[in-house]
Amino acid sequence: MTTTADRPAQEFKVVGSRPIRHDGVDKVLGRAQYGADLKLPGLIHGAVLRSPYAHAVIKRVDVSRAEAATGVFAAITGDDMPVTAPKMVDMVEEVTNLKWSSQRVMAHGKAVYRGHPVAAVAAVDQNTALEALKLIEVEYEPLQAVISLEDAMKPDAVIIHDDLEGDHLGEKVSPTNVAEHTRTEFGDPEAAFAEAAHVIERTYTIARAHQGYIEPHSSTAFWSPDDKLTVWTTTQAPFGVRSNVATVLKLPLSDVRVVPMEIGGGFGGKIGLYMEPLAAMLSRKSGRPVKMTMDRKSVFDATGPGPGGQVTAKIGVDKDGKIVAATADIRYMAGAYPGSSISAATAGIFACYKVPNVRIDAYDVVINMSKTAAYRAPGTPQATFASESLISELCETIGMDPMEFHLLNAAEEGTRRPDGPVFPRIGNVACMEAIRDSDHFKSDLGESSDGKLRGRGLATGYWNGGGNRSSVTISVNDDGVVSLVEGNPDIGGTRTTIAMQAAEVFGLPAHDVHPTVVDTDSVGYNDLTAGSRTTYASGQAAIEAAKQVVEEIKKRMAMIWETEPENVEFEASVFQNKVAPDQRLTFKEAAGKLGQTGGPVSKTGTVNVRGSGGGSFAAHLVDVEVDQETGKVQILRYTAAQDAGKAVHPSYVEGQFQGGAAQGIGWALNEEYYTSPDGVMQNSSFLDYRMPTALDLPMIDAIVVEVPNTNHPFGVRGIGETSIVPPAPAVGNAIADAIGTRLYQTPMNPSRIMEALANKRNGKNGH
Amino acid sequence: MTQQETPVRKIPVACTLNGQQTEFLAAPYQSLLEALREVVGLTGTKEGCNDGNCGACTVSLDGRIVDSCLVLAAEVDGRQVDTIEGMAPPHGLHPLQQAFLEEAALQCGICTPGFLVAARALLEREPHPDEHRIRLWLAGNLCRCTGYDKIVRAVQSAANKTT
Repeated sequence: MTTTADRPAQEFKVVGSRPIRHDGVDKVLGRAQYGADLKLPGLIHGAVLRSPYAHAVIKRVDVSRAEAATGVFAAITGDDMPVTAPKMVDMVEEVTNLKWSSQRVMAHGKAVYRGHPVAAVAAVDQNTALEALKLIEVEYEPLQAVISLEDAMKPDAVIIHDDLEGDHLGEKVSPTNVAEHTRTEFGDPEAAFAEAAHVIERTYTIARAHQGYIEPHSSTAFWSPDDKLTVWTTTQAPFGVRSNVATVLKLPLSDVRVVPMEIGGGFGGKIGLYMEPLAAMLSRKSGRPVKMTMDRKSVFDATGPGPGGQVTAKIGVDKDGKIVAATADIRYMAGAYPGSSISAATAGIFACYKVPNVRIDAYDVVINMSKTAAYRAPGTPQATFASESLISELCETIGMDPMEFHLLNAAEEGTRRPDGPVFPRIGNVACMEAIRDSDHFKSDLGESSDGKLRGRGLATGYWNGGGNRSSVTISVNDDGVVSLVEGNPDIGGTRTTIAMQAAEVFGLPAHDVHPTVVDTDSVGYNDLTAGSRTTYASGQAAIEAAKQVVEEIKKRMAMIWETEPENVEFEASVFQNKVAPDQRLTFKEAAGKLGQTGGPVSKTGTVNVRGSGGGSFAAHLVDVEVDQETGKVQILRYTAAQDAGKAVHPSYVEGQFQGGAAQGIGWALNEEYYTSPDGVMQNSSFLDYRMPTALDLPMIDAIVVEVPNTNHPFGVRGIGETSIVPPAPAVGNAIADAIGTRLYQTPMNPSRIMEALANKRNGKNGH
Repeated sequence: MTQQETPVRKIPVACTLNGQQTEFLAAPYQSLLEALREVVGLTGTKEGCNDGNCGACTVSLDGRIVDSCLVLAAEVDGRQVDTIEGMAPPHGLHPLQQAFLEEAALQCGICTPGFLVAARALLEREPHPDEHRIRLWLAGNLCRCTGYDKIVRAVQSAANKTT
């Protein structure tokens, strides 16, 4: 791997500029085709009957009346779905057992979450399909719903899955609702706490929060009579959908073709399977292509939010404020099937600090709610709400400035992350210094109006980012423009950031590289668009392909100039014969001569980027104003500094910082699943699940810090996720600064603020 | 199993859609959103929630912005409907569309048509709104990707260019 750390900063021509994104015109014209926009000849529409109970035995499902209704083509139940054997698959951000994936998409004898599919129909139009659902008879035997950590973990707990074998520190345990208990230990935290000058321990509760993508899931399938299945779907993981659909439906992998549609947001929530296998089975039965689009309520009820849970954290410092030990107990509610990102939580909770003695216990607990999914830096914002709130309170207790504390204890190159890996070159300190040197940090809070209190909060955050497998194919056209074919759905401008890296190699303007996202039959394997990996890893595949193209054209030029290929140089988009320097052709001129010198030039770059994505750290600073009469918190000013390594397209890097901050602010202040005791979400609409609007937020200042990543030829780091990690503790710390008491629970909504203020008046604290 | 049309008597609707006289048949229960997407075939207007809370389906009805999921298709008979598809002049872009591109005001792009239609209605009424006014006007449109910063800047930029 090329390294940049030991070299002077590179000069770039394309990387670091701000071209208009290639798919932009289609998207502002309304022409871009998202999942639900697909039209096909003979297309019919599917609908799903979902369990009204969070936990129930399904004694009988009768779809015969629905099937016989006018306009209905097919109906299916769990009995129509193949039974899938247990098999673990690593989806980069999610590890999934395909048995659970199969059961999640359609209940087999038992519904384990509200919204669990029980049957599905396909009909001539959406309305006919919805009407037909009313004709399906289902006999349920409701069971007690398990919807809290306490209920799930108590000794005589109602067991959700009889066949779940828990792994508790390596010991197989059954029956249990605790799918996994892991422990990471280093040093001797108890001894260090005993000698520490100050020790602080608190427990925090974090609500489950939904990714909130504006586009509901939409999947269309056509099962051809020759048993070839095509799936058009809105997904972050077309190749993952291909392999998982093939496994769940027992089809050969290569008989499934997945066409990724434009995707209207994902944030980790569009990785797993939802309706793809149902649409496929309905298509098989009806002989028609079947489209299935979720309504918003089903998105809330039946797709994965990020897990909620409880985190207890403890930190000890010496008399100078240096951390001597830290421990944590992380308990996440995975939803109806295991898998709640506890390993990422373990990696992230103290990652910003040097912690010589550490122990982290983590529990993955099943409950009767929809299976959680990856949500932007999965598992990490929740854990970091605990660690960064605790550090702020610790600083208050020992009278130390939080900025000073962060700089004193900050992890840097060579620091051992609490769960083991040693950091390469990182921008942790650089981000903190960027905040320290910002106008915002140096500014006054300003005067608040009557009855309102102002405060300022600081927090840091970390996400490692992934690498993994990518393939990119570049073909040279006669006019010197190149087409670039890739397999990562473009959620936020990655066509352009990948194309720009190829353009940098060619010395061409970004718009002379034409990127297209294609289906799984039309490009080599690509891991998903997630894990902050797309610009970072698929960008490396593009660089690799571009370099191969350059080498091939050098050979062609050598042929024309009757010299050896090693005599041909390529610099600043010009091929030149070293031996006869007047022999020179620009890339564009050379492109026109390829047909006569051996035929078209088309090269594929493939990578499997191993190890760390380099890690992206962030520091966020926020000013809030709290209304003591209403408990409402207004965000007055927000600054997000984050290490991008090298920002390929700074506008879209800033956009990731700003968007993550906004989501984190929503999680901090308003977003939660409000659930009845029997496990039914009470606020499953955008009216009641309150995400930030334009009016709720100020401008968000983005500071792009660039500490080159030694694992990328241009120094690029994956940056999409870290930005959601610091906001909740930053906002919480600002609220504490404003009102003089702390909240230990998200969301920090008006009623909780009023309660905290009342408790403070009565001399009680919240922990 | 029968495979015939569902026996619902459809309602003829004649309206001016993006400046063109347009006629279509709508089922009585069909929203304007569903009719635009499924009957007329204009899929630029997006469905995010179908209950009037996200603004992705914003269209202009007789010059006022509405959530097209909350309007019955039959209600637009004789009226003027303008969608994202009618926003750009031939061979060009509306200044707001250009500003959204230049300011990187979209990430996934699903909310973009709704924001553009809503923002156009604002600038037609108030050519130079301040930041607060823009945020208030656009508060009915949810974006989950951008944090709104670049959207607000794009509207400001388009407003500044239309002096």
